[in-house]
Amino acid sequence: MNYNWNWGIFWDMSPDASGTYLQTLLAGLQWTLATALTAWVLALLLGAIVGTLRTVPVRWVARLAGAYVELFRNIPLLVQMFLWFFVVPELLPAAAGTWVKTLPNASFWTAVVSLAFFTSARVAEQVRAGIQALPRGQSQAATALGLTLPQTYRYVLLPMAFRIILPPLTSEFLNVIKNSAVALTIGLMELTARTRAMQEFSFQVFEAFTAATVIYLAINAVVVLAMRGVERWVAVPGYIGGRTR
Amino acid sequence: MFGSFDFDVIARTWQVLVFQGLAFTLQITVLAMIGGILLGTLLAMMRLSSFAPLAWAAGAYVNLLRSIPLVLVIFWFFFLVPYIGAWIIGSPTPIKVGAFASALITFILFEACYYCEIMRAGIQSIPKGQVNAGYALGMNYWQVMGYIVLPQAFRNMTPVLLTQTIILFQDVSLVYIISLPDFVTLASKIAQRDGRLIEMYVFVAVVYFVLCLGLSYLVKRLQQRIAIVR
Repeated sequence: MNYNWNWGIFWDMSPDASGTYLQTLLAGLQWTLATALTAWVLALLLGAIVGTLRTVPVRWVARLAGAYVELFRNIPLLVQMFLWFFVVPELLPAAAGTWVKTLPNASFWTAVVSLAFFTSARVAEQVRAGIQALPRGQSQAATALGLTLPQTYRYVLLPMAFRIILPPLTSEFLNVIKNSAVALTIGLMELTARTRAMQEFSFQVFEAFTAATVIYLAINAVVVLAMRGVERWVAVPGYIGGRTR
Repeated sequence: MFGSFDFDVIARTWQVLVFQGLAFTLQITVLAMIGGILLGTLLAMMRLSSFAPLAWAAGAYVNLLRSIPLVLVIFWFFFLVPYIGAWIIGSPTPIKVGAFASALITFILFEACYYCEIMRAGIQSIPKGQVNAGYALGMNYWQVMGYIVLPQAFRNMTPVLLTQTIILFQDVSLVYIISLPDFVTLASKIAQRDGRLIEMYVFVAVVYFVLCLGLSYLVKRLQQRIAIVR
Protein backbone atom coordinates (compact mmCIF):
# COMPACT_ATOMS: atom_id res chain seq x y z
CA MET A 1 0.00 0.00 0.00
CA ASN A 2 1.43 3.32 -1.05
CA TYR A 3 0.14 5.72 1.49
CA ASN A 4 2.14 8.47 3.13
CA TRP A 5 1.50 8.13 6.83
CA ASN A 6 2.05 11.35 8.71
CA TRP A 7 0.82 11.22 12.27
CA GLY A 8 2.46 14.57 13.00
CA ILE A 9 -0.25 16.21 10.91
CA PHE A 10 -2.37 16.88 14.01
CA TRP A 11 0.16 19.47 15.18
CA ASP A 12 0.20 21.32 11.84
CA MET A 13 -1.75 24.51 11.53
CA SER A 14 -5.12 24.07 9.86
CA PRO A 15 -5.93 26.50 7.02
CA ASP A 16 -9.06 27.83 8.71
CA ALA A 17 -6.69 29.67 11.07
CA SER A 18 -8.28 28.37 14.24
CA GLY A 19 -5.17 26.55 15.46
CA THR A 20 -3.74 23.12 14.85
CA TYR A 21 -5.75 20.31 13.27
CA LEU A 22 -6.02 18.71 16.69
CA GLN A 23 -7.59 21.86 18.11
CA THR A 24 -10.00 21.97 15.17
CA LEU A 25 -11.09 18.41 15.87
CA LEU A 26 -11.53 19.10 19.57
CA ALA A 27 -13.61 22.17 18.77
CA GLY A 28 -15.72 19.86 16.61
CA LEU A 29 -16.03 17.48 19.55
CA GLN A 30 -17.49 20.33 21.60
CA TRP A 31 -20.18 20.91 18.99
CA THR A 32 -20.92 17.18 18.84
CA LEU A 33 -21.30 17.01 22.61
CA ALA A 34 -23.32 20.23 22.84
CA THR A 35 -25.70 19.07 20.11
CA ALA A 36 -26.06 15.54 21.43
CA LEU A 37 -26.52 16.52 25.08
CA THR A 38 -29.07 19.27 24.42
CA ALA A 39 -31.01 17.00 22.09
CA TRP A 40 -30.84 14.14 24.60
CA VAL A 41 -32.30 16.20 27.44
CA LEU A 42 -35.16 17.36 25.21
CA ALA A 43 -35.67 13.84 23.83
CA LEU A 44 -35.87 12.37 27.33
CA LEU A 45 -38.49 14.93 28.39
CA LEU A 46 -40.58 14.60 25.24
CA GLY A 47 -40.13 10.83 25.09
CA ALA A 48 -41.16 10.35 28.71
CA ILE A 49 -44.32 12.40 28.16
CA VAL A 50 -45.29 10.76 24.87
CA GLY A 51 -44.41 7.26 26.09
CA THR A 52 -46.53 7.76 29.19
CA LEU A 53 -49.44 9.10 27.14
CA ARG A 54 -49.29 5.97 24.96
CA THR A 55 -50.23 3.86 27.98
CA VAL A 56 -52.98 6.00 29.53
CA PRO A 57 -56.48 4.51 29.53
CA VAL A 58 -57.85 7.37 27.40
CA ARG A 59 -58.20 5.95 23.90
CA TRP A 60 -57.71 9.06 21.75
CA VAL A 61 -54.73 10.31 23.75
CA ALA A 62 -52.97 6.97 23.37
CA ARG A 63 -53.75 7.00 19.64
CA LEU A 64 -52.39 10.52 19.22
CA ALA A 65 -49.17 9.62 21.04
CA GLY A 66 -48.89 6.53 18.82
CA ALA A 67 -49.22 8.70 15.71
CA TYR A 68 -46.45 10.98 17.04
CA VAL A 69 -44.13 8.00 17.42
CA GLU A 70 -44.91 6.64 13.95
CA LEU A 71 -44.40 10.06 12.37
CA PHE A 72 -40.90 10.54 13.75
CA ARG A 73 -39.81 6.92 13.43
CA ASN A 74 -40.69 6.39 9.80
CA ILE A 75 -38.86 9.27 8.17
CA PRO A 76 -35.05 9.08 7.86
CA LEU A 77 -33.20 11.47 10.15
CA LEU A 78 -31.51 13.12 7.19
CA VAL A 79 -34.87 13.97 5.62
CA GLN A 80 -36.19 15.23 8.97
CA MET A 81 -33.20 17.53 9.26
CA PHE A 82 -33.86 18.90 5.77
CA LEU A 83 -37.49 19.44 6.68
CA TRP A 84 -36.61 21.39 9.82
CA PHE A 85 -33.87 23.31 8.05
CA PHE A 86 -35.37 24.13 4.66
CA VAL A 87 -39.11 23.63 4.95
CA VAL A 88 -40.31 24.60 8.43
CA PRO A 89 -38.96 28.21 8.35
CA GLU A 90 -40.88 28.76 5.10
CA LEU A 91 -44.13 27.49 6.57
CA LEU A 92 -43.95 29.81 9.58
CA PRO A 93 -45.40 33.32 9.37
CA ALA A 94 -42.96 35.53 7.43
CA ALA A 95 -41.54 37.37 10.46
CA ALA A 96 -41.00 34.20 12.50
CA GLY A 97 -39.46 32.47 9.47
CA THR A 98 -36.95 35.26 8.97
CA TRP A 99 -36.12 35.24 12.66
CA VAL A 100 -35.45 31.48 12.55
CA LYS A 101 -33.33 31.74 9.43
CA THR A 102 -31.17 34.54 10.81
CA LEU A 103 -30.59 32.91 14.20
CA PRO A 104 -26.93 32.66 15.07
CA ASN A 105 -25.91 28.98 14.88
CA ALA A 106 -29.08 28.13 12.96
CA SER A 107 -27.69 24.74 11.96
CA PHE A 108 -26.95 23.91 15.60
CA TRP A 109 -30.50 24.65 16.76
CA THR A 110 -31.98 22.85 13.77
CA ALA A 111 -29.84 19.81 14.50
CA VAL A 112 -30.89 19.88 18.16
CA VAL A 113 -34.58 20.13 17.31
CA SER A 114 -34.55 17.38 14.68
CA LEU A 115 -32.42 15.03 16.79
CA ALA A 116 -34.64 15.69 19.81
CA PHE A 117 -37.87 14.83 17.97
CA PHE A 118 -36.32 11.86 16.16
CA THR A 119 -34.91 10.41 19.39
CA SER A 120 -37.97 11.24 21.49
CA ALA A 121 -40.03 8.80 19.40
CA ARG A 122 -37.54 6.04 20.21
CA VAL A 123 -37.41 6.99 23.89
CA ALA A 124 -41.21 7.00 23.95
CA GLU A 125 -41.25 3.40 22.71
CA GLN A 126 -38.83 2.39 25.45
CA VAL A 127 -40.86 4.18 28.12
CA ARG A 128 -44.04 2.49 26.90
CA ALA A 129 -42.31 -0.90 26.94
CA GLY A 130 -41.02 -0.20 30.44
CA ILE A 131 -44.47 0.72 31.76
CA GLN A 132 -46.08 -2.28 30.08
CA ALA A 133 -43.42 -4.59 31.50
CA LEU A 134 -44.72 -3.83 35.00
CA PRO A 135 -47.21 -6.29 36.49
CA ARG A 136 -50.81 -5.14 36.00
CA GLY A 137 -51.30 -5.46 39.74
CA GLN A 138 -49.13 -2.41 40.40
CA SER A 139 -51.49 0.08 38.81
CA GLN A 140 -54.47 -1.76 40.29
CA ALA A 141 -52.92 -1.59 43.74
CA ALA A 142 -52.31 2.13 43.24
CA THR A 143 -55.96 2.63 42.28
CA ALA A 144 -57.05 0.58 45.27
CA LEU A 145 -54.97 2.82 47.53
CA GLY A 146 -56.90 5.81 46.18
CA LEU A 147 -54.15 7.33 44.05
CA THR A 148 -55.28 9.38 41.08
CA LEU A 149 -54.03 8.48 37.61
CA PRO A 150 -51.22 11.10 37.62
CA GLN A 151 -50.20 9.96 41.11
CA THR A 152 -50.16 6.33 39.96
CA TYR A 153 -47.76 7.23 37.19
CA ARG A 154 -45.65 9.58 39.31
CA TYR A 155 -45.21 7.40 42.39
CA VAL A 156 -45.74 3.81 41.22
CA LEU A 157 -45.27 3.17 37.51
CA LEU A 158 -42.68 5.61 36.18
CA PRO A 159 -40.01 5.18 38.88
CA MET A 160 -39.86 1.45 38.19
CA ALA A 161 -40.32 1.76 34.43
CA PHE A 162 -37.33 4.09 34.12
CA ARG A 163 -35.15 1.70 36.08
CA ILE A 164 -36.15 -1.17 33.80
CA ILE A 165 -35.38 0.73 30.61
CA LEU A 166 -32.02 2.16 31.67
CA PRO A 167 -29.98 -0.25 29.49
CA PRO A 168 -31.92 0.49 26.28
CA LEU A 169 -31.84 4.18 27.16
CA THR A 170 -28.06 3.92 27.29
CA SER A 171 -28.01 2.71 23.68
CA GLU A 172 -30.37 5.53 22.71
CA PHE A 173 -28.00 7.99 24.32
CA LEU A 174 -25.13 6.51 22.30
CA ASN A 175 -27.33 6.75 19.21
CA VAL A 176 -27.95 10.46 19.77
CA ILE A 177 -24.22 11.08 19.87
CA LYS A 178 -23.67 9.06 16.71
CA ASN A 179 -26.67 10.55 14.93
CA SER A 180 -25.45 14.07 15.60
CA ALA A 181 -22.94 13.43 12.80
CA VAL A 182 -25.82 13.62 10.32
CA ALA A 183 -25.97 17.34 11.13
CA LEU A 184 -22.96 17.88 8.88
CA THR A 185 -25.43 17.79 5.98
CA ILE A 186 -26.97 21.06 7.20
CA GLY A 187 -23.59 22.64 7.79
CA LEU A 188 -22.94 22.03 11.48
CA MET A 189 -19.16 21.84 11.96
CA GLU A 190 -19.22 18.96 14.43
CA LEU A 191 -16.58 16.27 14.82
CA THR A 192 -17.22 14.27 11.64
CA ALA A 193 -17.59 17.41 9.52
CA ARG A 194 -14.26 18.76 10.79
CA THR A 195 -12.62 15.39 10.20
CA ARG A 196 -13.84 15.51 6.64
CA ALA A 197 -12.57 19.10 6.27
CA MET A 198 -9.20 18.10 7.69
CA GLN A 199 -9.02 15.25 5.18
CA GLU A 200 -9.78 17.64 2.34
CA PHE A 201 -7.19 20.21 3.39
CA SER A 202 -4.37 17.89 4.39
CA PHE A 203 -5.02 14.76 2.24
CA GLN A 204 -4.17 12.67 5.33
CA VAL A 205 -7.37 10.66 4.99
CA PHE A 206 -6.72 7.81 7.37
CA GLU A 207 -5.07 9.82 10.14
CA ALA A 208 -8.07 12.13 10.26
CA PHE A 209 -10.63 9.32 10.29
CA THR A 210 -8.63 7.33 12.83
CA ALA A 211 -8.61 10.31 15.16
CA ALA A 212 -12.37 10.74 14.85
CA THR A 213 -12.92 7.01 15.41
CA VAL A 214 -10.79 7.04 18.55
CA ILE A 215 -12.65 10.07 19.89
CA TYR A 216 -16.05 8.46 19.27
CA LEU A 217 -14.86 5.25 20.95
CA ALA A 218 -13.71 7.27 23.95
CA ILE A 219 -17.08 9.05 24.23
CA ASN A 220 -18.80 5.67 24.04
CA ALA A 221 -16.66 4.24 26.79
CA VAL A 222 -17.35 7.21 29.05
CA VAL A 223 -21.12 7.04 28.45
CA VAL A 224 -21.28 3.28 29.03
CA LEU A 225 -19.29 3.53 32.27
CA ALA A 226 -21.33 6.49 33.50
CA MET A 227 -24.63 4.76 32.75
CA ARG A 228 -23.46 1.63 34.54
CA GLY A 229 -22.81 3.83 37.53
CA VAL A 230 -26.30 5.31 37.25
CA GLU A 231 -27.80 1.82 37.02
CA ARG A 232 -26.06 0.76 40.21
CA TRP A 233 -26.97 4.01 41.93
CA VAL A 234 -30.73 3.81 41.27
CA ALA A 235 -31.05 0.03 41.62
CA VAL A 236 -33.79 -1.16 43.94
CA PRO A 237 -32.40 -4.09 45.95
CA GLY A 238 -34.20 -7.34 45.34
CA TYR A 239 -36.19 -5.99 42.40
CA ILE A 240 -35.82 -6.16 38.60
CA GLY A 241 -32.39 -4.84 37.73
CA GLY A 242 -31.54 -4.77 41.41
CA ARG A 243 -28.28 -6.40 40.47
CA THR A 244 -26.63 -5.28 37.30
CA ARG A 245 -24.82 -7.91 35.27
CA MET B 1 -49.07 28.40 4.24
CA PHE B 2 -49.50 25.79 1.54
CA GLY B 3 -50.94 28.37 -0.83
CA SER B 4 -47.86 28.40 -3.02
CA PHE B 5 -47.31 24.65 -2.82
CA ASP B 6 -46.43 23.61 -6.36
CA PHE B 7 -47.72 20.13 -7.11
CA ASP B 8 -46.61 20.57 -10.69
CA VAL B 9 -42.93 20.14 -9.87
CA ILE B 10 -43.73 16.78 -8.26
CA ALA B 11 -45.88 15.75 -11.21
CA ARG B 12 -43.02 16.61 -13.55
CA THR B 13 -40.26 14.85 -11.64
CA TRP B 14 -41.75 11.97 -9.67
CA GLN B 15 -40.96 9.42 -12.35
CA VAL B 16 -37.25 10.25 -12.28
CA LEU B 17 -37.27 10.31 -8.51
CA VAL B 18 -39.05 7.00 -8.10
CA PHE B 19 -37.70 4.96 -11.00
CA GLN B 20 -34.11 6.15 -10.64
CA GLY B 21 -33.65 7.46 -7.11
CA LEU B 22 -35.94 5.20 -5.13
CA ALA B 23 -34.98 2.23 -7.31
CA PHE B 24 -31.31 2.89 -6.47
CA THR B 25 -32.12 3.11 -2.76
CA LEU B 26 -34.15 -0.11 -2.87
CA GLN B 27 -31.46 -1.90 -4.85
CA ILE B 28 -28.82 -1.06 -2.24
CA THR B 29 -31.24 -1.92 0.56
CA VAL B 30 -32.06 -5.38 -0.79
CA LEU B 31 -28.50 -6.31 -1.76
CA ALA B 32 -27.10 -4.99 1.52
CA MET B 33 -29.77 -6.92 3.41
CA ILE B 34 -28.83 -10.19 1.72
CA GLY B 35 -25.09 -9.60 2.08
CA GLY B 36 -25.48 -8.22 5.58
CA ILE B 37 -27.51 -11.17 6.84
CA LEU B 38 -25.04 -13.68 5.34
CA LEU B 39 -22.00 -11.90 6.76
CA GLY B 40 -23.83 -11.15 9.98
CA THR B 41 -24.69 -14.81 10.50
CA LEU B 42 -21.06 -15.76 9.95
CA LEU B 43 -19.98 -13.06 12.42
CA ALA B 44 -22.53 -14.32 14.95
CA MET B 45 -21.17 -17.87 14.60
CA MET B 46 -17.66 -16.48 15.06
CA ARG B 47 -18.70 -14.50 18.15
CA LEU B 48 -20.14 -17.66 19.69
CA SER B 49 -17.16 -19.77 18.67
CA SER B 50 -15.29 -21.60 21.40
CA PHE B 51 -12.04 -20.62 19.68
CA ALA B 52 -11.26 -17.45 21.63
CA PRO B 53 -9.28 -15.41 19.03
CA LEU B 54 -12.09 -15.84 16.50
CA ALA B 55 -14.74 -14.77 19.00
CA TRP B 56 -12.61 -11.84 20.09
CA ALA B 57 -11.92 -10.64 16.55
CA ALA B 58 -15.58 -10.78 15.56
CA GLY B 59 -16.58 -9.05 18.79
CA ALA B 60 -14.03 -6.29 18.28
CA TYR B 61 -15.17 -5.70 14.70
CA VAL B 62 -18.85 -5.58 15.61
CA ASN B 63 -18.36 -3.32 18.62
CA LEU B 64 -16.05 -0.99 16.73
CA LEU B 65 -18.44 -0.43 13.86
CA ARG B 66 -21.41 -0.11 16.16
CA SER B 67 -19.79 2.64 18.18
CA ILE B 68 -19.00 5.09 15.39
CA PRO B 69 -21.52 7.08 13.35
CA LEU B 70 -22.67 5.63 10.05
CA VAL B 71 -21.67 8.91 8.40
CA LEU B 72 -18.08 8.32 9.48
CA VAL B 73 -18.23 4.68 8.39
CA ILE B 74 -19.40 5.76 4.93
CA PHE B 75 -16.46 8.16 4.68
CA TRP B 76 -14.04 5.51 5.95
CA PHE B 77 -15.01 2.93 3.36
CA PHE B 78 -15.34 5.50 0.60
CA PHE B 79 -11.60 6.13 0.96
CA LEU B 80 -10.50 2.76 2.30
CA VAL B 81 -12.11 0.40 -0.22
CA PRO B 82 -9.87 1.50 -3.15
CA TYR B 83 -6.80 0.76 -0.98
CA ILE B 84 -8.12 -2.60 0.20
CA GLY B 85 -8.93 -3.49 -3.40
CA ALA B 86 -5.41 -2.56 -4.46
CA TRP B 87 -4.01 -4.65 -1.63
CA ILE B 88 -6.10 -7.67 -2.60
CA ILE B 89 -5.13 -7.67 -6.27
CA GLY B 90 -1.59 -6.47 -5.51
CA SER B 91 -1.86 -3.22 -7.44
CA PRO B 92 0.58 -0.44 -6.47
CA THR B 93 -2.01 2.33 -6.79
CA PRO B 94 -5.49 2.51 -5.26
CA ILE B 95 -8.00 0.95 -7.64
CA LYS B 96 -11.10 2.73 -8.88
CA VAL B 97 -14.27 1.49 -7.21
CA GLY B 98 -17.60 2.61 -8.58
CA ALA B 99 -19.85 4.66 -6.33
CA PHE B 100 -22.49 1.92 -6.29
CA ALA B 101 -20.02 -0.81 -5.32
CA SER B 102 -18.48 1.42 -2.66
CA ALA B 103 -21.84 2.17 -1.07
CA LEU B 104 -22.92 -1.46 -1.28
CA ILE B 105 -19.73 -2.72 0.39
CA THR B 106 -20.11 -0.08 3.11
CA PHE B 107 -23.68 -1.03 3.92
CA ILE B 108 -22.99 -4.78 3.85
CA LEU B 109 -20.04 -4.42 6.22
CA PHE B 110 -21.87 -1.95 8.48
CA GLU B 111 -25.28 -3.60 8.68
CA ALA B 112 -23.64 -7.02 9.15
CA CYS B 113 -22.74 -5.84 12.66
CA TYR B 114 -26.38 -5.21 13.52
CA TYR B 115 -27.60 -8.38 11.83
CA CYS B 116 -24.84 -10.22 13.72
CA GLU B 117 -26.23 -9.15 17.09
CA ILE B 118 -29.74 -10.20 16.03
CA MET B 119 -28.55 -13.59 14.80
CA ARG B 120 -26.49 -14.07 17.94
CA ALA B 121 -29.62 -13.61 20.02
CA GLY B 122 -31.42 -15.98 17.66
CA ILE B 123 -28.78 -18.67 17.94
CA GLN B 124 -28.61 -18.30 21.72
CA SER B 125 -32.38 -18.68 21.96
CA ILE B 126 -32.10 -22.30 20.76
CA PRO B 127 -31.93 -24.67 23.75
CA LYS B 128 -28.47 -26.11 24.28
CA GLY B 129 -29.94 -29.61 24.41
CA GLN B 130 -30.74 -29.44 20.70
CA VAL B 131 -27.10 -28.77 19.86
CA ASN B 132 -25.98 -31.59 22.13
CA ALA B 133 -28.56 -33.91 20.59
CA GLY B 134 -27.19 -33.05 17.16
CA TYR B 135 -23.66 -33.88 18.21
CA ALA B 136 -24.87 -37.07 19.87
CA LEU B 137 -26.34 -38.11 16.52
CA GLY B 138 -22.86 -37.76 15.03
CA MET B 139 -23.38 -34.48 13.20
CA ASN B 140 -20.47 -32.07 12.84
CA TYR B 141 -20.54 -28.34 13.62
CA TRP B 142 -21.75 -27.27 10.17
CA GLN B 143 -24.49 -29.89 10.11
CA VAL B 144 -25.70 -28.92 13.58
CA MET B 145 -25.75 -25.27 12.55
CA GLY B 146 -27.19 -25.82 9.08
CA TYR B 147 -29.90 -28.34 9.92
CA ILE B 148 -30.83 -27.58 13.52
CA VAL B 149 -29.82 -24.19 14.89
CA LEU B 150 -29.84 -21.69 12.01
CA PRO B 151 -33.23 -22.63 10.50
CA GLN B 152 -34.92 -22.07 13.86
CA ALA B 153 -32.86 -18.97 14.62
CA PHE B 154 -33.86 -17.44 11.28
CA ARG B 155 -37.48 -18.23 11.84
CA ASN B 156 -37.51 -16.74 15.32
CA MET B 157 -35.61 -13.67 14.23
CA THR B 158 -37.26 -12.92 10.87
CA PRO B 159 -39.38 -10.03 12.23
CA VAL B 160 -36.37 -8.44 13.93
CA LEU B 161 -34.20 -8.92 10.85
CA LEU B 162 -36.88 -7.24 8.73
CA THR B 163 -37.25 -4.38 11.20
CA GLN B 164 -33.51 -3.86 10.96
CA THR B 165 -33.91 -3.83 7.18
CA ILE B 166 -36.42 -0.98 7.47
CA ILE B 167 -33.78 0.91 9.45
CA LEU B 168 -31.27 0.04 6.73
CA PHE B 169 -33.69 1.41 4.14
CA GLN B 170 -33.75 4.71 6.03
CA ASP B 171 -29.99 4.66 6.55
CA VAL B 172 -29.31 4.38 2.82
CA SER B 173 -30.43 8.02 2.55
CA LEU B 174 -27.08 8.93 4.10
CA VAL B 175 -25.25 8.15 0.83
CA TYR B 176 -26.29 11.76 0.19
CA ILE B 177 -22.97 12.75 1.80
CA ILE B 178 -20.98 11.05 -0.97
CA SER B 179 -23.53 12.31 -3.54
CA LEU B 180 -24.67 8.95 -4.88
CA PRO B 181 -27.85 9.25 -6.94
CA ASP B 182 -30.26 7.88 -4.35
CA PHE B 183 -33.79 9.14 -3.65
CA VAL B 184 -32.80 12.00 -1.34
CA THR B 185 -29.82 13.15 -3.40
CA LEU B 186 -31.85 13.29 -6.62
CA ALA B 187 -34.66 15.12 -4.85
CA SER B 188 -32.27 17.67 -3.38
CA LYS B 189 -30.67 18.22 -6.80
CA ILE B 190 -34.04 18.88 -8.40
CA ALA B 191 -35.03 20.99 -5.40
CA GLN B 192 -32.03 23.23 -5.89
CA ARG B 193 -32.32 23.32 -9.69
CA ASP B 194 -35.97 24.35 -9.64
CA GLY B 195 -35.87 26.29 -6.39
CA ARG B 196 -38.60 24.04 -5.00
CA LEU B 197 -37.16 22.85 -1.68
CA ILE B 198 -40.45 22.60 0.19
CA GLU B 199 -42.24 20.49 -2.39
CA MET B 200 -39.34 18.11 -2.95
CA TYR B 201 -38.49 17.44 0.69
CA VAL B 202 -42.12 17.08 1.70
CA PHE B 203 -42.59 14.61 -1.15
CA VAL B 204 -39.52 12.62 -0.07
CA ALA B 205 -40.69 12.58 3.54
CA VAL B 206 -44.18 11.43 2.57
CA VAL B 207 -42.85 8.62 0.37
CA TYR B 208 -40.48 7.38 3.08
CA PHE B 209 -43.21 7.65 5.70
CA VAL B 210 -45.74 5.66 3.68
CA LEU B 211 -43.22 2.98 2.70
CA CYS B 212 -41.76 2.51 6.17
CA LEU B 213 -45.14 2.54 7.88
CA GLY B 214 -46.47 0.01 5.38
CA LEU B 215 -43.44 -2.23 5.74
CA SER B 216 -43.51 -2.16 9.53
CA TYR B 217 -47.22 -3.01 9.42
CA LEU B 218 -46.42 -6.01 7.22
CA VAL B 219 -43.66 -7.07 9.61
CA LYS B 220 -46.13 -6.89 12.50
CA ARG B 221 -48.59 -9.08 10.58
CA LEU B 222 -45.82 -11.56 9.75
CA GLN B 223 -44.75 -11.64 13.37
CA GLN B 224 -48.24 -12.67 14.44
CA ARG B 225 -48.43 -15.32 11.73
CA ILE B 226 -45.12 -17.03 12.30
CA ALA B 227 -45.07 -16.82 16.07
CA ILE B 228 -44.59 -20.31 17.43
CA VAL B 229 -47.03 -21.12 20.17
CA ARG B 230 -44.99 -22.32 23.09
